[in-house]
Amino acid sequence: MKSIAELEEIRRKTLEKISLRTSADGIRIVVGMATCGIAAGARPVMNAFVEEIDKRNLKNVTVSMTGCIGVCKLEPVVEVIDKNGNKVTYVKMTAEKAARVVVEHIVNGNVCLDLTIGAEQR
Amino acid sequence: MRDLSLHILDIVQNSIKANSTFIKVHISEKPDDDKLALEIEDNGDGMDSDLLKRADDPFTTSRTTRRVGLGIPMLKESALKCEGEFNIYSEKDIGTKVFAAFSINHIDRLPIGDIGDTMIALITANPDMHFILKLESINGIFILDTAEVKKMLSGEMPEAGEKQEGENQYCVDINEFAVIQWLKEYIDEGIKNIFGGVLNEVDS
Repeated sequence: MKSIAELEEIRRKTLEKISLRTSADGIRIVVGMATCGIAAGARPVMNAFVEEIDKRNLKNVTVSMTGCIGVCKLEPVVEVIDKNGNKVTYVKMTAEKAARVVVEHIVNGNVCLDLTIGAEQR
Repeated sequence: MRDLSLHILDIVQNSIKANSTFIKVHISEKPDDDKLALEIEDNGDGMDSDLLKRADDPFTTSRTTRRVGLGIPMLKESALKCEGEFNIYSEKDIGTKVFAAFSINHIDRLPIGDIGDTMIALITANPDMHFILKLESINGIFILDTAEVKKMLSGEMPEAGEKQEGENQYCVDINEFAVIQWLKEYIDEGIKNIFGGVLNEVDS
């Protein structure tokens, strides 16, 4: 049986790892998590982003959720907003595509053009 | 929706939108009438009696992007198609309680799904929200209270008497990945212990 006391151990270990993590001027990843998004599979997408960001030990990246973005037929929709407020909208996301977006866009700064809403509607 | 955990994620979004600070998800087995009860309770804005009457209408919504809102109607549908029950109680400025019951052995009952995934998604995105997850069956009771988790993470152990200057620096956030990962395992184990053998989709 797991016990909540195990959190003390995790707290100690985590404290050693994190030095300074600020989300003030970082990249924000926003996942549409309304009825349409959830039904289309937004939950595994969001959890994939969280996992991938931890795996690559990225600082200054926050993952959050929002309501319906308005294009339900293209869900799951994910918006990546950089520190200057520039927004890239990715559509029809999956956990695999999420991993790709983290590597190519978040880490290397190259927008995955083929996954964006612009590519989808062309 | 494919399973109950997705319905929960969806209904809780309503609570978040309604400015709740406290959300309780209670899943319990009622062995005497073979029902699985799901209760989602919040302390948000609530609804007045007029809106409450229309809440299970798919053409009622608070959003502005379109004129349909399917979260509540779909949960109602999922409950009623397996001879379950559905109800909403709400009071303006006090909060809302959504209740759904499902006949456990009915062929159309949705599986419970990945409750752990739902909870960690909610906690990651809403670290300041106070969530309680309560699971209950003849096997016992499991409770996850994020207030308790945060207390542990703040480093304010009851037995550790000495308080340090600038204690925030010893505090770990609840949406730190190691914590989220632990929460997921903790909830998965809770589901297994409480609903294993009770719901046939959960291994005991």
